[in-house]
Amino acid sequence: MSPAVLPPEQQEFQEYARRWLAENAPPPPPERLPISPIEVITTGQRDYLQTWQRKCYDAGLVGADYPTEYGGGGHEGFQRIANQELGRARVPFLVNIVGLNMAAPTILAHGTDEQKRKFIPGCLTGDEIWCQGFSEPGAGSDMANQQTSAVLDGDDWIVNGHKVWTSLGHFARWMILIARTSKHHKYDGLTYFLCPIGGHPGVTVRPLVKITGESGFNEVLFEDVRVPDTHRLDDVGKGWTVAMTTLTYERGAAESAGGGGGDGSSATRRLIDLARNTWRDGSCAADDPVTRDAIVQRAIAAEGIRQNSRRARVAALCDHPMRLPLQQKLTMSEFVQHDARLGVEIAGAHGTLYKLDERAPSKGYWPLAYMNSYGHTIAAGTNEIQRNILGERVLGLPKSK
Amino acid sequence: MSTPKNAPKDFGFGEDEALLRDLACKFLDERMPVETLRRLVAEAPEPVYEEGQRAQWDAGLWKEIVELGWTGLAVGEAEGGADVSLVGIAGLVEEVGRHGLPSPLASTLSSTFVLRAAGGDVARQLMARIARGGSASLAITNERGSWEPTDAPLEARAENGELVLTGTAFFVQDAFKADWLLASARLGDEIVLCAVECDASGLRLEADHIHDLTRDQATAHFDAVRIDEAAIVSRSAASSLRAAWPALLVLVSADLCGSSEWQLQATVEYAKQRKQFDREIGFFQAVKHPLVDAMVSIDRARSLLYHAACEIDVGSENAETAARMAKSAASDAGAFISDRSVQLHGGIGFTWECDVHIFFKRSMHNQAWLGDGVHQRKKLADALIGPIA
Repeated sequence: MSPAVLPPEQQEFQEYARRWLAENAPPPPPERLPISPIEVITTGQRDYLQTWQRKCYDAGLVGADYPTEYGGGGHEGFQRIANQELGRARVPFLVNIVGLNMAAPTILAHGTDEQKRKFIPGCLTGDEIWCQGFSEPGAGSDMANQQTSAVLDGDDWIVNGHKVWTSLGHFARWMILIARTSKHHKYDGLTYFLCPIGGHPGVTVRPLVKITGESGFNEVLFEDVRVPDTHRLDDVGKGWTVAMTTLTYERGAAESAGGGGGDGSSATRRLIDLARNTWRDGSCAADDPVTRDAIVQRAIAAEGIRQNSRRARVAALCDHPMRLPLQQKLTMSEFVQHDARLGVEIAGAHGTLYKLDERAPSKGYWPLAYMNSYGHTIAAGTNEIQRNILGERVLGLPKSK
Repeated sequence: MSTPKNAPKDFGFGEDEALLRDLACKFLDERMPVETLRRLVAEAPEPVYEEGQRAQWDAGLWKEIVELGWTGLAVGEAEGGADVSLVGIAGLVEEVGRHGLPSPLASTLSSTFVLRAAGGDVARQLMARIARGGSASLAITNERGSWEPTDAPLEARAENGELVLTGTAFFVQDAFKADWLLASARLGDEIVLCAVECDASGLRLEADHIHDLTRDQATAHFDAVRIDEAAIVSRSAASSLRAAWPALLVLVSADLCGSSEWQLQATVEYAKQRKQFDREIGFFQAVKHPLVDAMVSIDRARSLLYHAACEIDVGSENAETAARMAKSAASDAGAFISDRSVQLHGGIGFTWECDVHIFFKRSMHNQAWLGDGVHQRKKLADALIGPIA
């Protein structure tokens, strides 16, 4: 039996991170925070969360494994620990989710040294918010069907087009953007850019309203927007390949620069608390056998997700190296959805109440979390696309397209 | 529910465990490929289903398995066993399930874990016997099919230094392959655990008519079976069974994970070959997506399986919770892929000539064995939420 405990410096870092988080939990936010970064709407929320990310960065909990010349900590194997501890501590999330989870790792993998020096530090500190420009009205699951065009004009590219579902677009300094540089090849005609957004001439950011009535994401219109060629990531025509790197991180199949997922067991505890405090047919919902079974199913799903990520690191127990990593986005997003849905169900009549109604359980969390969960089952490639990918790349079934 | 500090991150599944599993896989690939299994147990339905014969098994192959030392895997070195961790055993049992092997291995390993929990000289002698190749099975279930360790199926009375056992034990797994039974019996206000030879005078094994073609199951009638009182393994059988229960759940979960993976891969292969509308049917998302869902559910069960085995290996107080989660997930994953394996094979999948029914039935048996998902979750709810007021 191999011991497989953490090496001493990682052990030490874990203790440090735990201690730091216990001692440095931020003051309560000036206004209510949303459930996740993609629902940040107000500048008050943004400023509070940016301050928190900066503090975490200064403490070495963000970008811990990134090279020091790009603003990182220069360590190895620290970030996973930091992410676990951030998830475990009841602290706010890191707001620059696109910068940390998508832009930074993609730039690190594909960028020039100059690009890495210019862009990565702002991703890590959270000083420069990023958004993602992959989706278009006609390019959803069929992501390669990009119509936004980029045409070279001297040292600049002229970008015209329309991006949608752009979370954090209203606060963003930069966008990771794929645009069509050739009409002759569907996949090889795409190029990847690091495009200026906030205050940049020709860029219009307009809010879109979600089913919850909240804003938080946007559409972004490009009218003759000039992007310097030095902001092109990797070669012309390599956009699809670069985008695949981004998606690997977005779907959670690789370790990100910072973050920390929700803790499944605390989700179960919340459901149990809700059931204990809710009446159902004249008695406590926590005594209803069907409700109990449903809650335990969620507890098993949560433990399953935790143990999946543990097993994914044991090569001898993985028949196919991508079999578990590629399930991450699917299982996490559906876990959150089923959990929230069950919360609505248990809340019963009280599940009808909006967050501003003071009788709403958990300040209206359950129905809003349930409705917002569709953001995650649809974004980053719908879960139907995830099932195609798993069926084709892991099980070897014929490609649906 | 968090993992205790001393639980190894890799579940304790290292090189030795991988080697054991890979050797088992290679051995069973050679000796029990599905064609061999089909010829052995599923030549025709009539002998088993109409004429009441017991399902066939390869006793010669079992001798080789005994020589490989599989019976003694869970037995301590002092008793001549290999003292392999449960995580290591789970890896091997997954292979046993994946090959649908008919054998008394599961019942013998289960008996070993009960003996280990019981402890004492008698238990050690019995484990030494298992390490030498003896096979055993548990006779602990009453007519109602209760999984409660206090529901002993037999009555015992003491008589001149002997114990006289009377009553009937139900659902005894692979009883006709076992040399002796480990039975629980009520003796006054105690429950005793004792070993009874299968050929003991007064013991009659009656074969159950079952669907699964890869095992036998018996009703064991005890008509004043006499054993030496000194041969009592434990006078607190319920606590021994309770202590061993998580390991028993892990063993059956491992078999389920293995058989489920076979069902998944066989169905995937079929979906790659079978053409309709000029395409392999695996092209269609109505076929592809359920197979992915089956894979996801099997992976969850497998991760929970190794987690549970590891918790038991390190002696965690979380062991029972983890084991019940594993069994719930493995039963449900088994049920789902069983359902899809027949359905997605289409007409041929509904026939005797297609191998999927062999694994469907083994899985169905194991889903129920020691309690299905609903049963496990009921127990888990009591632990996690608290008993119903």
